[in-house]
Amino acid sequence: MNIFVCVKQVPDTETKVQPNSDGSFIETNAIKWIMNPYDEFAVEQALLVKAANSDSTVTVLRVGSVKDTEALRTAMAMGADEAILVEAEDNLDSYMTAKALKGAIEKSGKTPDLILSGKQAIDSDALQVPQLLAQMLGLPSVSVVVGFEQNGDKLQIKREVEGGSLEVYEVTSPAVIACNKGINTPRYASLPGIMKAKKKPLTQLSLGDVSVSEEDRRVKYSDYKLPPEKPAGKKFEAMDEAQAPGVVKEVVGLLRNEAKVI
Amino acid sequence: MFELSEEQKEFKEMAMKFSRNEIIPVAQKLDEEGKFPQDIFKKAWELGLVNTSIPAEYGGAGFSNLDAVTICEALAYGCMGINTSIMANDLALLPIVIAGSHEQKEKFLKPFTEQFKIASFCLTEPNNGSDAAGIKTTFKDGGDHWIVNGEKMWITNAGYADLYVVYGTIDPNLKHKGISCLVVEKGAEGLEIGKKEDKMGHRASDTRSLRFNNVKVPKENMLQNPGEGWSIAMKTLDHSRPLVASSGVGGAQRALDCVVQYANERVQFGKTIGQHQALQMMIADMVMKIECSRLLVQKAAWLADNNQRNTDIASCAKAFATDSCMEITTNAVQIYGGYGYSKEYPVEKLMRDAKLLQIYEGTSQIQRLVIAREALRN
Ligand SMILES: Cc1cc2nc3c(=O)[nH]c(=O)nc-3n(C[C@H](O)[C@H](O)[C@H](O)COP(=O)(O)OP(=O)(O)OC[C@H]3O[C@@H](n4cnc5c(N)ncnc54)[C@H](O)[C@@H]3O)c2cc1C
Repeated sequence: MNIFVCVKQVPDTETKVQPNSDGSFIETNAIKWIMNPYDEFAVEQALLVKAANSDSTVTVLRVGSVKDTEALRTAMAMGADEAILVEAEDNLDSYMTAKALKGAIEKSGKTPDLILSGKQAIDSDALQVPQLLAQMLGLPSVSVVVGFEQNGDKLQIKREVEGGSLEVYEVTSPAVIACNKGINTPRYASLPGIMKAKKKPLTQLSLGDVSVSEEDRRVKYSDYKLPPEKPAGKKFEAMDEAQAPGVVKEVVGLLRNEAKVI
Repeated sequence: MFELSEEQKEFKEMAMKFSRNEIIPVAQKLDEEGKFPQDIFKKAWELGLVNTSIPAEYGGAGFSNLDAVTICEALAYGCMGINTSIMANDLALLPIVIAGSHEQKEKFLKPFTEQFKIASFCLTEPNNGSDAAGIKTTFKDGGDHWIVNGEKMWITNAGYADLYVVYGTIDPNLKHKGISCLVVEKGAEGLEIGKKEDKMGHRASDTRSLRFNNVKVPKENMLQNPGEGWSIAMKTLDHSRPLVASSGVGGAQRALDCVVQYANERVQFGKTIGQHQALQMMIADMVMKIECSRLLVQKAAWLADNNQRNTDIASCAKAFATDSCMEITTNAVQIYGGYGYSKEYPVEKLMRDAKLLQIYEGTSQIQRLVIAREALRN
């Protein structure tokens, strides 16, 4: 099987993000990058599918800047076989990213049997790329996936919906499956895995190679700002039962008149 | 050498991730219950974090000393006690790596790369700690085997070990010229394992005494020749002391990270305690000492990697990093105030754990003896 995994590199969850000087994106200089956590589930799922299907290869794809290739190296250290990087600024919109991923798959010369990704990237939280990619490739797609069973080219996919219930889909592969937490437990990259990853092939393409240009841009980012600072919280104390009604009254009053939430 | 290689950074990151996800969440509980970290140890082994000294020819990853101290610091960051169990494996295997014949390496090292196994380094005795050359355990020639008699004390991993690397003497009158080193396998007849010590810190690690009652060990289990054990032990310590030192860096870094978080949260006299200059002086001292310790550790490891004598620098690293770790963890408790004295907060355990680093593998006093001896030689 030819298994593809789309991974994004995102700022470490502990990063304090700042807008850049002209507000067109975030300041990326001092950021520590990690693989998007949801994509770790996708890589793990790919490795599980590979283990269950002889003669499979796992190719990881990433569109982004070349400065730091953390996400691809991590995926290969976990066990992916090869990687393709489409070099681009980190501020592409979802449409350009999906188109570049499609181009990378085509350039690989392999017909995909399965494409996996995370359900969303924790930085831009757009939740669009897997669906756009599926549409461009004319493939079915399911997102927020928490269960994956394969029987030949039939996939039984469990998807989480609001309220905690599950939808079960039967999908014929090739398909684009966007994974959520709960589908599996991603393995660690072992130290020997990290060493082996160095020797695995990493192909680098330009946006031109995959026929993506600024004309494909649908969203232009112009005014990144930090959200207004939250005012300090208020603490209410009722030392005994007798004080409680008074305090409750005060809290309700403030919620109604000041916070205006009730 | 002012930056780790890309690969070393990845090792460190991976080991830190392991520490954060697997060690830190359970360390407090294992400490409280004095429970051996069997599952964590095994998982760490599966990921290549254990036995970092085994060369590639015998199935190891072929890490450099600098790789090894980098990984060790990250594991100790999670828990110095759990790291002691892991590090003791390397301490025990190092004599075989350094002095074993090809056959001995095949026989004793390889299984550690194929299966999860535990080892103990057995030097200290009830009456001989710092004065290790005075050990009384005897190896008597029994023809095709050695007969071992004596007692060992404070042996890490002793209750779980598959392999014991044991130092003894062929004749106590020869002092260090009689010291020899034998590999004893688990279950050897006459090998009695003592009860677990109830310790101040590193409570998740397993520390016991051992008694050898006429234990027969095949002759081919001796590393090098009889009487060459002392030099094996000294070379082992040149490699292992940077590891203990790096655990000190890991423990101290953890204390600093705790302090930074707390000092930015806790408010007294209308400002965070981190804004009181007296505390800033303490925090600055912590940072300086951690930086110096880490550089010493890296230099000691680098010298060993480049086949240069590192005895003095390894001792400098061990004494400085572990004394600093003690001071830094003590001050971390101070900065936490009353909360620091409670088991609810992490720094109390750090302070207890730091103490052992100044004691094992040569006390801080013994390191200074080594450093002065080396200095006066010139
Ligand atoms: C938890 C734990 C785990 C251990 N694990 C192992 C292990 O796996 N394998 C192993 O072989 N050993 C192990 N040890 C033993 C450890 O290495 C010894 O405890 C250490 O070397 C000190 O020896 P001692 O306890 O006999 O103290 P002593 O040698 O009796 O020292 C007592 C005090 O006197 C000081 N002192 C001694 N001689 C001098 C001198 N010449 N000049 C100045 N001061 C001096 C010491 O610094 C110390 O402060 C472990 C110990 C502990 C506590």
